[in-house]
Amino acid sequence: MEELLSILREIHPDVDFETCTTLIDDQILDSIDIVTLVAEIGDAFDVEVPPEALVPENFNSAKALWAMIQQLDEG
Amino acid sequence: MSFASTQFLVFFAALFLLYYTIPQRHQWKLLLAGSLIFYWFAGWWCLIYIGVTTVTVCLTARKIDSLAQAQEAWFQAHRDTLSKEERKAQKARDKSLRFRWLLACLLLNFGILAVVKYTNFVLGNVNAVLALFGSGQLPAVSMVLPMGISFYTFQTTGYLIDVYWRKVPAQRSLGKFALFATFFPQLIQGPISRYGDLSRTLYGEHPWNAQQIAMGAERVLWGLAKKLIVADRLAIPLRTLVSSPEEYSGVYVLAVIFLYAVQLYADFTGGIDITIGAAQMLGVQVTENFVRPFFSKNAAEYWRRWHITMGTWFRDYLFYPMSVSKPILKLHQRCRNRFGRFGKHVSVHTCSLILWFVTGVWHGASWNFIVWGLLNGIVIIVSQEMEPLYDKFHARFPSLKGSWGWDLVQVLRTFWLMGAIRVLDVYRDVPLTFRQLGSVVTGFRPQVLWDGSFLELGIGAGDWLVAAAGGGAMLVCSLLGRRKPVRERLLDHSPHLAWGGCVLLVLLTLIFGVYGIGFDATQFIYNQF
Repeated sequence: MEELLSILREIHPDVDFETCTTLIDDQILDSIDIVTLVAEIGDAFDVEVPPEALVPENFNSAKALWAMIQQLDEG
Repeated sequence: MSFASTQFLVFFAALFLLYYTIPQRHQWKLLLAGSLIFYWFAGWWCLIYIGVTTVTVCLTARKIDSLAQAQEAWFQAHRDTLSKEERKAQKARDKSLRFRWLLACLLLNFGILAVVKYTNFVLGNVNAVLALFGSGQLPAVSMVLPMGISFYTFQTTGYLIDVYWRKVPAQRSLGKFALFATFFPQLIQGPISRYGDLSRTLYGEHPWNAQQIAMGAERVLWGLAKKLIVADRLAIPLRTLVSSPEEYSGVYVLAVIFLYAVQLYADFTGGIDITIGAAQMLGVQVTENFVRPFFSKNAAEYWRRWHITMGTWFRDYLFYPMSVSKPILKLHQRCRNRFGRFGKHVSVHTCSLILWFVTGVWHGASWNFIVWGLLNGIVIIVSQEMEPLYDKFHARFPSLKGSWGWDLVQVLRTFWLMGAIRVLDVYRDVPLTFRQLGSVVTGFRPQVLWDGSFLELGIGAGDWLVAAAGGGAMLVCSLLGRRKPVRERLLDHSPHLAWGGCVLLVLLTLIFGVYGIGFDATQFIYNQF
């Protein structure tokens, strides 16, 4: 989780990712951020994020992102 | 059968009366029959095209869904016996098998769209190249575009991809799926609905609901008023202005930008109002396609508020899958390592340009639309790359951000910028469009604004006044509707006010609508896409 938070902070240093649950709904993450995030997550956690996983529910918070990564890693 | 025709009025009135007379469990079947009759009016041969798409997508979706269920059952039964790597490999193999079915169906349906829509465009360009080498020319192919093919192809393939992604279950009934593909109010100019949204109300039983019917009727009439009073009235001077570009350059081009923005908005949103209103009268909820786009503060926001369902279709089914594909992720890694911050954006911008190229091609088989699409992409990319500059600017002038005056500057800038790109729709070719836009600077003659020249463009002072009043009414309703649509506010006051609004709209459209000999109200602008 800490590694994910550091990836997120590198993209948006000004956002409190531990509490924010509206990253997509409030347009904090835009399309550039999402694609950057997918690439970084792929590198860091060795998972492939499929296009169908690119939905607001998975990207609205760090917690949701972490749950998605774990699910993808489990297979 | 155009929405703005007596034929449609009679068709819809008959369907509406029958809809609320028959047993409610049969209502969806009547809607399907009505949709097929509506489509048959465009030519019986069109039914073959939409029939092929409907049957192939429906059957492929069923196959993919069945495969997915069987694979999932096997997976759950063997899950504990497989290692993590084996589970991942098995899932990848299963997905690959489903993907083959998806790909075959997509190739077939986009192949049909490509052949009927782009064959002559490709032949024209091949001939232009052959002419450079003095070679012979290929003959053009006689081909008529089936009505609404771009819209129903996108809507049905979107459903198919959703089934493949397991976001929605496959519709097992061919009849019900055919209704989703052909639902007549949205067949000719969208919105491009998602199955998950439209199916919630499309197949249900709908008892008589006077309130919903009044609101739907009012929206239909509002759409007709926008089309017949504003859009079709402004079409007359616009035709004059673009048919003699040499005569009408300089400040006239600014007029084309402004008038075409208003005309297209009135025409397209008018058509969508009729679509959503007619569906609402039948108890079916159709997705909104516009949210006050001319109040956008930048190009990206504009495209989140204009033709929303097309934008989200391209985002979800083209941009995202392309952006997270292996080649693009590799490009991302290479550029990030080599170019730093900007490098991280290269892959996304590459996908954006491809997306906007395809969006341009979707709009029409011409270089005008391709350049239009690419220009939209470039404006959005430049605007994204200039964000650090904007941040510095706002740090220097902190009181500007969020102020009413600065918001207005941004809105006006976006309106004119998007408008200038949009006139590629109306001039006959790309070089002419740029010459015309350049003439605003080189041949600026503001006196035509007050010397009466605008009264010689095909409509008189009275018509200009009616168009201005209509445009003003659209603006006021748009502003008032920010929190709640005007028709809902009227209904909150009293049902009599809502029905009174309907009567007023009918009277205004009858009195001020553009009719008469030589006038053709049969075509909405977006029908051609």
